Formats: sequence, C-alpha cells, structure tokens
Amino acid sequence: MTEMREAVAGSLGEDRHESGTPHVEFLGVGKSYDGVTEVVRDLELTVYEGEFLTLLGPSGSGKTTCLMMLAGFEAPTAGRIRIAGQRVDDVPPRRRNIGMVFQNYALFPHMTVGGNLAFPLEVRRIDREHAAQRVRRALELVRLTGFEDRKPGELSGGQQQRVAIARALVFEPNLVLMDEPLGALDRRLREEMQYEIRRIQRTLGVTVVYVTHDQQEAMAMSDRVAVFNRGRVQQVAPPEVLYEEPEKGFVATFIGDNNLLHGRIVAAKGDVCVVDTGHGIVQAFLVAPLEVGDAVTLAIRPERVALAAEPGLYSNEFEAHVDDIAFLGDHLRVRVGVCGSSNFVVKIPNRAGHGAVLEDDRIRIGWTPLDCRALAPDKDEGGP
Amino acid sequence: MARALIRGRGGAAAGLRAWALVVPLAAFIGVTFVAPLGAMLTRSVHTPVVADALPETLRLLGGWDGSAAPGEPVFRALGQELLAAREARTLGQVANRVNRVEGGLRSVLTRTARRLRTAAPSPEAAPGAGTQPDATRTAGAPAPWRDAILGMDEAWNEVATWRAIERAGERFTGRHYLHALDLDEAPDGAIVAQPEDLRIYLPLLGRTLLVSLAVTALCLALGYPVAYLIARAPPDRAPLLLLLVLVPFWTSLLVRTTSWIVLLQTEGVINDLLVAVGVLDQDGRLAMIYNMTGTMVAMTHVLLPFMVLPLYSVMRTVPPEYMRAAASLGATFPAAFRRVYWPRTLPGVAAGCLLVFILAIGYYITPALVGGRTGQLISNMIAYHMQQSLNWGLAAALGGILLVCVLALYLAFDRLVGVERMRLGA
Repeated sequence: MTEMREAVAGSLGEDRHESGTPHVEFLGVGKSYDGVTEVVRDLELTVYEGEFLTLLGPSGSGKTTCLMMLAGFEAPTAGRIRIAGQRVDDVPPRRRNIGMVFQNYALFPHMTVGGNLAFPLEVRRIDREHAAQRVRRALELVRLTGFEDRKPGELSGGQQQRVAIARALVFEPNLVLMDEPLGALDRRLREEMQYEIRRIQRTLGVTVVYVTHDQQEAMAMSDRVAVFNRGRVQQVAPPEVLYEEPEKGFVATFIGDNNLLHGRIVAAKGDVCVVDTGHGIVQAFLVAPLEVGDAVTLAIRPERVALAAEPGLYSNEFEAHVDDIAFLGDHLRVRVGVCGSSNFVVKIPNRAGHGAVLEDDRIRIGWTPLDCRALAPDKDEGGP
Repeated sequence: MARALIRGRGGAAAGLRAWALVVPLAAFIGVTFVAPLGAMLTRSVHTPVVADALPETLRLLGGWDGSAAPGEPVFRALGQELLAAREARTLGQVANRVNRVEGGLRSVLTRTARRLRTAAPSPEAAPGAGTQPDATRTAGAPAPWRDAILGMDEAWNEVATWRAIERAGERFTGRHYLHALDLDEAPDGAIVAQPEDLRIYLPLLGRTLLVSLAVTALCLALGYPVAYLIARAPPDRAPLLLLLVLVPFWTSLLVRTTSWIVLLQTEGVINDLLVAVGVLDQDGRLAMIYNMTGTMVAMTHVLLPFMVLPLYSVMRTVPPEYMRAAASLGATFPAAFRRVYWPRTLPGVAAGCLLVFILAIGYYITPALVGGRTGQLISNMIAYHMQQSLNWGLAAALGGILLVCVLALYLAFDRLVGVERMRLGA
C-alpha cells in the first residue's frame, strides 16, 4: 500500500511549487470586522514567484478578504503580510505596485481604452511616448490592438475583461490579483478567457493570486489551489492532488463529487484501515493520523465505484438498492442506498452493457481501498 | 393580422390612458402657471389704458406736425375724452400712465379735467371771446376748447406734453423693457443709456446673478463633502445623516430665516460670543445681517439641500471599486478624485448647480427678510413694482428679463454639459 501511495504522489508531481522564492507570505493573518466574528483565521500561506495560485471557496469563506488585505484595501487584525520579504502593513495600496483585476472590471467609463491603460503610467509620470508604446504592447498582449479610442461602454464583456487585464499589467507589476474576474461572462467566453489569462501569465511570468468560487475554473488555471472554508485554509495543493488526495471532508466534497460515509476505525495496519460504518465493514486508505477507535470519514469518488459484474472482484463490495437513475449523456448518475447512506452516487460510463441497471433494482457495487480515503471528520469550525 | 390589429388598438388605448392621467396636471399647470405667465408677459408690452381712453385725441394727434401745440380739433377731442374718462373713473389710470412717460403730468391732467367739468365751453360758444390771437391758430376760426384748456394750464402749450400723451397712447410699447434695462428713448427716437447715477436695474440684475453664482459655489463647496460622506457612510448610518440634511429642509422657511436673525444680528448670539471671548470689542460688533452677508448666509443655508440631494443620489451610483482601482493603479487620493471620482459625479454637480442657481436667481423672501437695504435682489424690485409703485408693466418686464436670463443659462448649460446627462436621482 505504501508503494501505491508513493506511486500516486509521484505521478501527480506533488510539491511542484513547494520551492522557489516566496513572493507573498501570509503569516498568522486574521481579520475581523466587528471584533467578534473572524472572517479570516490564522492564515499561513505562501505564494511563490511566478506561481498561479487560486483562492477557492464558497462565498463568505474569506478568500476575497485575503485578496483585499494583500492589495492593501483592508488591514489585517492579526498577523502580518510580507511581499518580497518586506512587511507591507504600512504601505498604502498605491505604493504596493500590484496589478488588480476587479470583479466588475472597474474600467473608468469616461475614459477611452487608451486612457484607462495610460492612467497608471501617467500617475507614475512616465513620459507620453513611452506610455503610448506600453499601452500598445499591453493591448497587443490581450489581442485588442487598435481599440485605444473606444470607450469601455462600447465593448463586449469579454473585451472589457481583456482591457481590465491589460490595465492591471501595463505598469509591469510582478504581482497581479484577480477577484472573480470571469464571473460576469457566459460559460464559453469564460473558458476562452481562462486560457487567455493562463497564456498571459506564462508569457510574462508574473505571480497571480486569483479568487474564484468556481472549482472547475480553479482546477483549469492554477498551479496550486488554496481551498477556503469559514475563514480557514483547508488545503493548499495542485489541482490533481486536491482531487485525488483531499485531506478534509470539505475539500473532498467541494472539489468534484464525493460520497462520504461515516464510521469508526476497528483495525489499522500501515496505510490501510478497516472501518465499521454500522452498516458494513469497509477497507480504506488511511491518510489522516488516526488510530483504532477514532471516528473517521470515508470519501469515495462516484466514478471510482464500479458495478461488480461478478462477486469477489473488489475488497469492498455491497448490495445496493437503486433509488434513482439520471441519464446525463456520457454517463449515468445512479443514486443508491448503501452502508447507511441514502445518497450514495455512482457514476457509470455510458458504455455497452450498462443499460441493464433499472430503478428499484438491487445491484452489486464495489471499490478498491485505494479509492476510499479515510479522513479525519471535519470539526465544526464555526465557533471560536 | 388580427392579432396585430388587437395589439395596435390596445396600444392606442394605453396611450390614451396615459394621456388621461396627465390631463389634470396639464390643466392645473395651464391655469395656474402658463396663463398668468402669459398675461404677465403680455402686460409688459401691452399698454391699452390711454389708447382706450383717448382714442379720438390720439387719432387726431396722428396728423400733428409736432412743432407747436396742436389745433382746436385736438383740444376739443382731448377735453371731451378727459371728461368722459373722469365720468368712467379711468382718469386716474390714464394720468398715471402719462405721468410715467413725463413726470408732473398727472396733476396737469386731473386738474384740467376737474376744471373742464365746470368750465367746459358749450358747443355753440361764441368764437374769439376774450382770447389772445395765437400763431398756430387758423386765422379767424374760433377755438373755444383750445383757449379754455390753455387757460387752465400752461403745460398744454408745450410740445413735450403732447408728445408724452402720444407716447403713452401707444397700445404696444417696448418702453418697459427699455426701463428695465436702464435705457431710455430720446425725443428723436434714439435709444440711449440712462445717466450713470440713474441706473438701477442693470446693476441690480448683475448683483443678482453674482449673488446666485456665489451662493451656488458656496452650496457646492459645502454640499459636496457632505454628500460624499453620506454616500460613503455604512448603510445603517446613511439614512440618519440624510435626515440631518433634510430636517432643515422640512422646517418652515420663516423659522429658519428668523433663526439666522437671532444668530447674526448685532446683538445676536455670534456677536455676543465674539465679544465675550474678546475677539471683538463692544463697538466693533459685526454687521452680518440686513446686508449682503445676511442674504448670502441665509440663502446658502436654505438652498443647501437642493445641492446635496442630487449629488448624493449620483454619488451612490459610483461604485467604490473605481477609487480602489485608481489606488491600485498607483494614483494618490487627489489624483484619483480629480480624474476618476469627480468626472463620475459631474451629472449630479450639474443638476445641483442648475437647481440652486435657478432657485437663487428668483429668490425673494429671504433677501426681503434679512437683506436690509444692500442685500436686495431683482425679485425684491419686482415685488416693489407689483405692490408699491403699481407699475405692473415694468414689473412684468423685469420678470421677463429674468426669465430670459434663466432660459439663456439653461441653453448654455445644455450646450456645455448636456441636460440629458444631468441626473437628479439614481
């Protein structure tokens, strides 16, 4: 089993960015607006130079507050923030030299595209000729050459987004923050812009801290993702690791779908443990430092659960009652009752031979211990 | 096809309903605003009193050469029509009108009419009885009216008197406007400016415009930060702050003006305080009311909400991200304000300034109460001519000029800023 885990970790290229020069460091940062509720708690997070790091979480999880503290619009109530090794507590936003893309772009509507882009250069007193050249290059970068004289109101949403990005880059900051920049775009445009932003980031080699609540967007774009919930970072890892090796129940369910079962460890040896769910015994892959007798949460991906054509194929095999079937084109989404969970989802690829599953049937399903991760149960983290 | 027809009819009905809804307002405005305004403007150029009372005299004067007093037929017509006017009790108005053209003629007219009542020549009066020969008289012809009237008042022998009657008899005249602009018509018809020491209305109009501009500027300077504060206040505190702006707005104008009197008068709170702390001595008390200072202070206070409210409603629509974006792009607060925030609030600035300026230019009650002798504005002069001197034509002309000023400003404003860009509310 140990070998298996190492094989998984190795193939995923874990810790790809756990080296290099720290660019941004959150050191024990906390933020509370009213002195009682903490929006962000004990944040320890390092962003490395040239990295694309996404802060992912549901709304109200504290990710935007982190971004605002980094930009300097909010002051931390605890801990400190360092940029390039320097404490920035007393540095006002205008002197942090951070490019920022706002949720609604915040393009100045009374200025032309060229005027918007020249604004940061003019306040830096860069001479006119130089500025014009940089504006041209920035527009070239976002593929909007020749749009200098348009007003933002005359542009489509996607074009405005590109202008906002160009404006955040035109004064050549080496740190760029983006606050849900694609939220207002439709799905196709959003996907296109995801590639664009990634391409630009790679071209320039700038560090990007990106905020979103869309896990697919985070997966598609990021070098690493920091998952936020209730003001705390749950896990910071590359997308593949988050998906394959979630360390917390919240991450397991927030990134992709996961079935959670609850039980207690009855035996453990190395990485493998045996869990009694009360409705059946399950072999699982132990990732948390848990011991026999501890409560445990098991996470099983729906696509890793298979229909057992014949008994004895998997170490975890159960009879299950089919409650509901949804046909979703490339796969069937089957809801079954198993091991005390009435909402256990199995994803069956749309392949010949699977049409046999019918509602109200009893079927055999199974999964390997490696696809069943035993996590420490999430404590209620709402209170102090 | 049928469906289109139905929809078309529905649209027409909806249009009709919409019109029906505004009819009461339109009627109200027509009766209480447009009609009086029209009547007033008509009055500024239409002067029928003399023309109605002395039609025959004026007709005969049409053939008068103007070199000397006219002949018997004119005198007869004048005498008979003056008597008729006295009977109809319009003589006073006629005398007033003529007197405005040429001072001193009121008494000449009324006296002549009074004497004619007892001493009018009978139609068959004997010619030549006890009169002196006269150069302008047709030789030998009897002239009982002429002789009688000339005997009553020497003024009738002067060309100026007859000219005054002739001019007062014009049914339509631009004279009120000339007066309102401190101009006068010379005997030869040329338009000349009044002597400097007699000019009243143009300096007053200029002062009114200046005061209105100053009050507008003061309101903007005081109101902009207030509106900014309210627009930026957290949602639970903004209504309270707005209330503080509105409470004076809801208080009676008289109460507010009187409060300013209490505060600003020579023996008032502020002067007492300044004396008490030793900034002023007893003899050096400031005159802050019953002069231009009082007018400006009270007007600014009264008009401030009209500036704050449009500003506030526009500022509320400016997303705070703009200022944050500007800061993140490296702009200092003054630069971000000047280049990003201020331009976004211009529609509110324009609306507030226009509103305050137009209200200020026609302000009457506040200057009347606290303006004293030097703090009066053009509206006070209009009121004076309406109520005291009863020269309604001149009052109407002054009002007309004020209206033209406002319209001209509005058009200039439209050209410069664009009225459709102005926003009174979100």
